[in-house]
Amino acid sequence: MLEENRTHNLKIPGALATLAMIMLMPTPVYAMHIMEGFLPVKWALFWSVASLPFIITGVITISRKLKKNPELKMLLGVAGAFAFVLSALKIPSVTGSSSHPTGVGLGSVLFGPFVMSVLGCIVLLFQALLLAHGGITTLGANTFSMAVVGPLAAYGVFRAARSIKISNGAAVFLAAFCGDLMTYVTTSLQLALAFPAEVGGVAASAVKFLGIFAVTQLPLAVSEGLLSVVVFNFLTAHSSQELSVLDLGITNR
Amino acid sequence: MTFVNKNLLLLLLVVAISVFPLLIVHNSEFGGADGAAEETILSIRPEYQPWFEPFWEPPGGETESLLFALQAALGAGFLGYYIGYRKGQRKVKDM
Repeated sequence: MLEENRTHNLKIPGALATLAMIMLMPTPVYAMHIMEGFLPVKWALFWSVASLPFIITGVITISRKLKKNPELKMLLGVAGAFAFVLSALKIPSVTGSSSHPTGVGLGSVLFGPFVMSVLGCIVLLFQALLLAHGGITTLGANTFSMAVVGPLAAYGVFRAARSIKISNGAAVFLAAFCGDLMTYVTTSLQLALAFPAEVGGVAASAVKFLGIFAVTQLPLAVSEGLLSVVVFNFLTAHSSQELSVLDLGITNR
Repeated sequence: MTFVNKNLLLLLLVVAISVFPLLIVHNSEFGGADGAAEETILSIRPEYQPWFEPFWEPPGGETESLLFALQAALGAGFLGYYIGYRKGQRKVKDM
């Protein structure tokens, strides 16, 4: 039914014709965490084991940072709260379906990627247990995409952007944007690995999943980037002391 | 541009980006499409059976939206608390 809607009821200005072509693809669209029970056991185990070292490193990093600078507790709360809000917002996208941002980019910029592995995993656990969104058996895989790859991408992009003297705001935007997008790229690759197509195998499945994800998540990733900049602007204006403790490699205005 | 204006502009942009799809895509429910994900997987491997069910599921859309709203409220509540706290702190310092 959804497919019919998408194929017949679009009115799009000419300039968006290319976008329209992609949107008209008669493929069911989804763009969220992997649902409970929908990863075969071996993959569920694989991703759980793969995520574990990042969680452990994250827990150690958090306890070290807070021991050294107890005043960072509030800011850590901000990073977690931001991820909490953003991953609760299911925002409509141009594909005619909704997805939600991750919110882990900002925290990765502030605290580094591993801290967000822990906070991201907590958000996923909350959604899996209370909302039946995602799942316990898929927690490892979803943690790996949203709380390992996303934060690593955001952190890497931020550092790279800063090293070539891109402004703070633009660097935060790029970091959050890439972190968001890479999360869902990872999700589609995970699904492609677990469900290779009969013809064309993993690659064909990956193309199918990625084609959907890239378009659905793109505007949301832009939104996440902008919202991260808003909070970051506030922090540079009002929390310069905390930021200076964090050693972000940013220029102080 | 002042700090507040700049942030307002960014927030307006986010609103515009979120509303835009509602204007150009008609007659779509903008479903979260967790169900459509099943379809995609089942179209690739029709015999696949989910091997685990959620321990607990919200009984319906209303309860689910309650919990999602609660999640957002908790996060936004803390962010608001922090922003107010820091602004107040700065004001006291400036006095």
